[in-house]
Parts: sequence; C-alpha cells; structure tokens
Amino acid sequence: MSEATTTMAAREWPQALSKVPYWVFQDADVYRAEQQNIFHGPFWSYLCLEAELGEPGDYCATFIGEQPVLVTRDFDGEIYAFENRCAHRGSLIAMDHYGHAKDFTCVYHAWTYNLQGDLTGVAFEEGINGKGGMGSDFCKKAHSPRRLRLANVHGLIFGSLDNDVPDIEDYLGQEILDRIERVLGGRKPVVLGRFTQNLPNNWKLYIENVKDSYHASILHLFFTTFGLNKLNQKGGIVVSESGAHHVSWSAINREAESGEHYKDQKIRSDSEYQLEDPSLVDSFSEVGDDITLQILSVYPGFVLQQIQNSIAVRQVLPTGVDTTDLHWTYLGFEEDTEEQQLVRMKQSNLVGPAGYVSMEDGAIGGFVQRGIAGASGEFATVQMGGQEAVSSESRVTEASIRGFWKVYREAMGFSIEESK
Amino acid sequence: MDAFTLISRAQGSYVRSIDDGPIEDWPEHFTDDTFYKVTTADNHRRGLPAGVIWANNKAMLKDRISALKEANIYEPHSYRHLLGQPAILEESEDGATSETSFLVVRITGSGPTDVFASGRYLDEHVFVDGKALLKKRVVVCDSTRTDTLLVLPL
Repeated sequence: MSEATTTMAAREWPQALSKVPYWVFQDADVYRAEQQNIFHGPFWSYLCLEAELGEPGDYCATFIGEQPVLVTRDFDGEIYAFENRCAHRGSLIAMDHYGHAKDFTCVYHAWTYNLQGDLTGVAFEEGINGKGGMGSDFCKKAHSPRRLRLANVHGLIFGSLDNDVPDIEDYLGQEILDRIERVLGGRKPVVLGRFTQNLPNNWKLYIENVKDSYHASILHLFFTTFGLNKLNQKGGIVVSESGAHHVSWSAINREAESGEHYKDQKIRSDSEYQLEDPSLVDSFSEVGDDITLQILSVYPGFVLQQIQNSIAVRQVLPTGVDTTDLHWTYLGFEEDTEEQQLVRMKQSNLVGPAGYVSMEDGAIGGFVQRGIAGASGEFATVQMGGQEAVSSESRVTEASIRGFWKVYREAMGFSIEESK
Repeated sequence: MDAFTLISRAQGSYVRSIDDGPIEDWPEHFTDDTFYKVTTADNHRRGLPAGVIWANNKAMLKDRISALKEANIYEPHSYRHLLGQPAILEESEDGATSETSFLVVRITGSGPTDVFASGRYLDEHVFVDGKALLKKRVVVCDSTRTDTLLVLPL
C-alpha cells in the first residue's frame, strides 16, 4: 500500500453513492494522492490519436495527470511511449506538443534517447583525455525513462504507468468497445483543429459534467431550442460494469418533438428564436444509423464525442486543485466528401471553448468550485435515477456520475462509512 | 479616402460594437458572403481548417449574436480591444488586404481585468459606398488556450 493510500484511508467517504463530499474538489492532499492512485494507478489514460503519429519520427508530448509523457512512432512502424523526463537530472526531453525528430537530445547535458526511449548517448561519457567521465559501473541500459504500457483502440492510443493495468478490452468492456467502434471503426480520422480550454475548477467537476445527461438540455438552451437533444428523445445511458465508463446517446425521434414535457417543467424548449442560417444543424447520418448524439467517457479523463456530425476527442488534464486543461481535437475522416467537410466545419460551432452547446461547461465547474467554498463538510446529492450505478433507458439519471465515484473512492483508498 | 483611412475607420467601429455596443452592429461590418473564423497560430501554421468560431456568411454571425443574447449562459463580462495600426498588404480601388495585431482584455463582472487574447486579424476588405467591409477575417490567436469560454467575438 502506497503512502498516499494510507493517508487517504484516514478520510471517510459516505456509503451511499449518491453523496459526494465537497472536500474532494478542494483539498491539496487529495489532489496529490490522485496523481499516485489514479494517474499512476492501474487505469488507462488517453494520449493521442494514431493518426497524429503518421510517419516514423512523429511524436506527441502529452501528460497522464501531471506526469509528462512522450509518445512516438519509431522506424519499425510501432508506437512507443515513455516518461518525458531525462534520466540524468530530470529535464523535459521534448517540449513541442506535436513534433518530428529522429531522436531526442536533452538540451541540458546532451543525453540522447532513441524513439523507443532507450538512453543511447551520454555526452563525455568517457571523459576527456582519460580524465573525468562516468565511472565504469555506469550502464546506460539501466537509465532509460520508464516505458508505458500502450493500447490502440480503433486509432485511440491509451497508455498506463502501471504494469498491473488490466488488458484494455477487459478494462473497457464490450459495450464501450462497441460504441467506440461505432464512431471510429474502420475509418481514418483527420485532425481538423486543436483547441485548449482552461477550466477554473477541479478536473472531477468537468468529468461529472460530461457524465451528467440530466443537465444537457437544461443548461444548454441552444440544444433544446433547436430540438437537437431533449430528454424525451429516444436514447439512454450505458454505464460499464465497473461503473468507470459511460455512454449517453440519443437518436432521431420525430414523435417526441412537441416539447410538452419541457413546458410542464417551465424550462424553455422552444421560442421565437430561430437561426438565420439553419444549415448549421443540417446533418448527415454519421455512420448510417439514427444516432445523432453519443457522448462516451473512459475513466479517468477521456471523452469521445459525436454531436450531430461534430466528432471530437477531449482529454481532461488536471493542472492544480482548481485548474484543469481541456484539450479538444476536432476530427473528420479521410473518406469525407466536400459537402461533409463543410457540415463538420459549420458544426464545429457547436463544440469547443466557443461552442453553442459546450461553452457553458467551461464556466459551470467554476461556479461550483466557487459555490462550495466554505462547505468542505457538506455533500453534493446525485440521486437522480436512484442510488445505483447501472445502465438506464432514461437519461434523467445521474447513474454514470455515481459510477465514476464508485471507482474513484475505491482507487483512492478512502474508508467507506459504515451503513446505518 | 485612402485604404488606410477606410480600414482604420472600419476597425474603430468594429471594436466599438463589441466592447461598447450595440453588439448587433458587429455583423454589419461584414459582407453577406463573408468568411469569419477564430483559430490559433498553431492551427493556422499547420493548415488545420477548423475554428472555435467558423462562419461562411453574415447570417451565421447574426446567429452568434442572437445565441449569446438569447440562448447561451455565462457570467456577464466585457472586452476592451486594443488594435495596432493596419499593415496594408495589397490595395486597389475596390478593396485591400491587411493584417492588424490585437490585444483583448476581459473584464468579468466588475473585475478583474485579465489579458484574454492576443493575435492578429488577417483581412480582406471590400470598399462599398465609402466604407470598408470585411469579406474575410481570420482571427489568429497567438495562444492555443482559451480561458473558461469565448462567447463575445474577437
């Protein structure tokens, strides 16, 4: 048991999955323990797309939690990943988010690494004129940065810093794998743009928001106004067996377009508001079915999104107790026609930092972070749809949020309060 | 009026519509078939086409304004744009291309004042009835990062 786990055992977590203590978003020791127990723990974190490493020598410098990692494609065609930290004195080995190199040389003392992360050169290893240099007991092989375990799921590259992580197929489960395959299977993604949004809140508040199908048509009025997503559309929630991952989806359902349910709840669902250019929401069937929205999350911090024809991946990276980086990568596919490319461009307005149906998510976490100041002994209530963390035909549920906390509290090693 | 004066007058009016209002005047600085995009220097350099805002006509810009007034939810805030002098790259009787640097600070509520964005406008203007209208504006932000959200245009 690690030191972080031992310390966290002194903290008590409610038995009910529907109660979330606010200190979990506020306390620095919890944040530090997460780096160990979650991000260095037996979980898979999204790193980049296989398509972003098209050629040998292409690399991506990214993070798992706060841990910098380098993902590369070597000349053997394979993808490798290792900690982005020189084995000598700890400097970053590479800094560009996306770059191209034959090998890596640390700028500090010119220690050199190949694309697989092996330490291949140490400047002045033999000293000069027989003086100085490394001792004879120095072995380069023993000083390579730690390698990650890697998995490729339909072109999504996941990595783990823990060798005991389960195989990705077991980790995700068949339902999640099927839903990833639905969007990415057999297709070659093309990056259309990358944007980073700085969120003024703890990373878990954003994850809760992603998993929260209850809020989508209430906070995001743009959705309801144009009938893009109503809770009375055909749809549902898939919560993976462990609770860790989720899918929220909805499909075209013309019968449910009257909006009566929203009038009953006094939530605006239609108005005099109309788009001057309604072509923004003209869509094509993304993969030949009726599903127009599929939000999929993989524990701890990955999202694959289909909102109409806006396809994107989101990587959630904590940068402090109350700051988070949200990295958006907008995607198209090699086989897209010109018309389809145009639809994707127009619908890029729906998502990202300025997205009609996503901008509020950039702010709401900050509203919570500020709202709970002074309430570390209080609890959030996530009781919509009961107490369980299971799949549901209704999206008026917080089941997938409960699933996240179920996995989280166990990974963190909190003591669970005795049932009363 | 010469191109420099026409463009300077138009840009003064442009930033005033965003910073001091009425914001409904903002789309009136564009032609009906305009192209407007907000992107980052990194995407621009790599030739990646998407934007955080992407519009290929003036109607889409009007929709941005009605959405921010009618649909979107955010903490009240305002901008102050500081623009450099336009560098005129090409000019004719009917129009010009130019680049202009900008710095935008954001004031949330009654404060703080934060540096929100810096970058450059890559513009194509047409001169109509003694006024410069934007036929194309690509807003290239220097940073890849957007703090919290972008709802008011740049």
